[in-house]
Amino acid sequence: MDAPLKLLKRQILAATSATGEGHIASAFSILDILWALYDRVLQFDPKHPASNDRDRFILSKGHGSLALYAVLAEKGFFPPAELKNFCTYSSFLGGHPDRTKVPGVEASTGSLGHGLPLGVGVALGLRIHASNRRVFVMVGDAECNEGTIWESALLAAHHKLGNLTCIVDYNHSTDRALGMGDIAEKFKAFGWAATTINGHDSAAIESALRAHEEGRPTAVVAETVKGKGVMQMENNPAWHHHAPSQEELEAMLQELA
Amino acid sequence: MRKQFVRTVEDLMAKDERLVLLLGDIGVFGFRNAFQRFPTRTYNIGVCEQAMTGLAAGLSKEGLVPVIHSIAPFVVERCYEQLKVDFCYQKLGGNIVSVGGSYDYAALGCTHHCPGDVAVLRMLPGMEIVVPGTPSEYDRLFRSTYADGHPTYFRLSERSNPESFEVVFGRAQVLKQGKLATVIAVGTTLTQVLEGVNDLDVTILYYTTVSPFDAETLKHNCPNNKVLLVEPYYEGVLLPDIMTAFALSPIRVETVGVPHRFLTSYGDQEDHDQTIGLTASGIRSRLEKLIHAN
Repeated sequence: MDAPLKLLKRQILAATSATGEGHIASAFSILDILWALYDRVLQFDPKHPASNDRDRFILSKGHGSLALYAVLAEKGFFPPAELKNFCTYSSFLGGHPDRTKVPGVEASTGSLGHGLPLGVGVALGLRIHASNRRVFVMVGDAECNEGTIWESALLAAHHKLGNLTCIVDYNHSTDRALGMGDIAEKFKAFGWAATTINGHDSAAIESALRAHEEGRPTAVVAETVKGKGVMQMENNPAWHHHAPSQEELEAMLQELA
Repeated sequence: MRKQFVRTVEDLMAKDERLVLLLGDIGVFGFRNAFQRFPTRTYNIGVCEQAMTGLAAGLSKEGLVPVIHSIAPFVVERCYEQLKVDFCYQKLGGNIVSVGGSYDYAALGCTHHCPGDVAVLRMLPGMEIVVPGTPSEYDRLFRSTYADGHPTYFRLSERSNPESFEVVFGRAQVLKQGKLATVIAVGTTLTQVLEGVNDLDVTILYYTTVSPFDAETLKHNCPNNKVLLVEPYYEGVLLPDIMTAFALSPIRVETVGVPHRFLTSYGDQEDHDQTIGLTASGIRSRLEKLIHAN
């Protein structure tokens, strides 16, 4: 694991200790992708987060907010010290991200199935403005149960939105409810370019996110592990929305040292 | 009003390059010229109102001014959470224009009725609600609010009042001042109200903006705290606003509107008006009871 990723994971764990809130396992499943995206793919200026000349990233699975906050803080959108206030009453960092409060957050999400339609609109808007900036939306595999994901898949393909990339965090949350099968094949059937990668392989992530085609949207289905990097949390549903005890926290921090 | 909707939007699209029209496979023939004139800003999105609403919010986020259009149950009730989360919560502006409110499409049955649109939208913080009574009033109200940075719902009716007024967004019109009671007429109910009670010594207030509610005009035009509220959708939506306007003063209110049940018969609008008493004589009868109540 890259040194910054361990640091970010420690910060995420520490952030949950103030209020006992936070979807840590979901944050850990997407952190490798978000880091690669912000470190090596997206164009942005943290001092001018609303600049038109930026790529847009929408975290549609808003419960992974801790990962996004940690990455945004590390990239200079706000001081990392703010993470310690996560979910406290007057913090601007909530359990789900709020675009009106957090610098760098493009969309207020939480209820699933909203980010991709919004992203389609942003991509279409950029095209109307003749902008060449790109739009990335991250959804979860269980979020793909929502009909709006597939309405959006139809729309993005029909309108040939080559500036749109949908990243699916396939951490298999959906498996206990509704089998999604081969999600990349589904996107392909809707007219997207689609690929499946190891969502914890930094080089594979970067390569997949850089690739895009003129005239059709791209789906990157990332096979991930919920709670990645902490043994007792990995693929353990008990950790979906759960903060560690002091004892557990110390053990996890040790593991991420 | 649908024809005026086309005229107004096409005219504004020619003047304002931010305006983007999204149709939920409704009104496509009517807007055939817009598809020709503004191909990059006119879309028949298809029968996917939820994604259309989210997409519209995405356009708004990029500085464009979306107009989404479909039949009321589909552009309001089906995508209520998109209106709540994507527009209201995120403080994004846009325009939601419906046809077929209440039982305008009476013969199509309850799946295509929508008397609940204003009631549910009234619950969304930041949502503006406009109920014009004529095509000309729609034109005035749309031009003054379409790019105001808020989500605004325009409820277009198949019917129209015989006379237009110089309505202003957010303001009620005082059509007549009298002593016995105050009648609030919303949108196209003004036709029945004027026919039924214009000869009585009552105040008549005409509301084409439902939200934000103009409490001041009501407070200054209610001589005896008796109010008859006449609405073209589920009755009583404005009751909380009226009660709040009068605060601690005692007040008598009667409501006329669509009763809170499925209207499972077909026929036409007038058939349903008769059934539920949303008629000139029905309104007069309710008003006389209110006037004579102690």
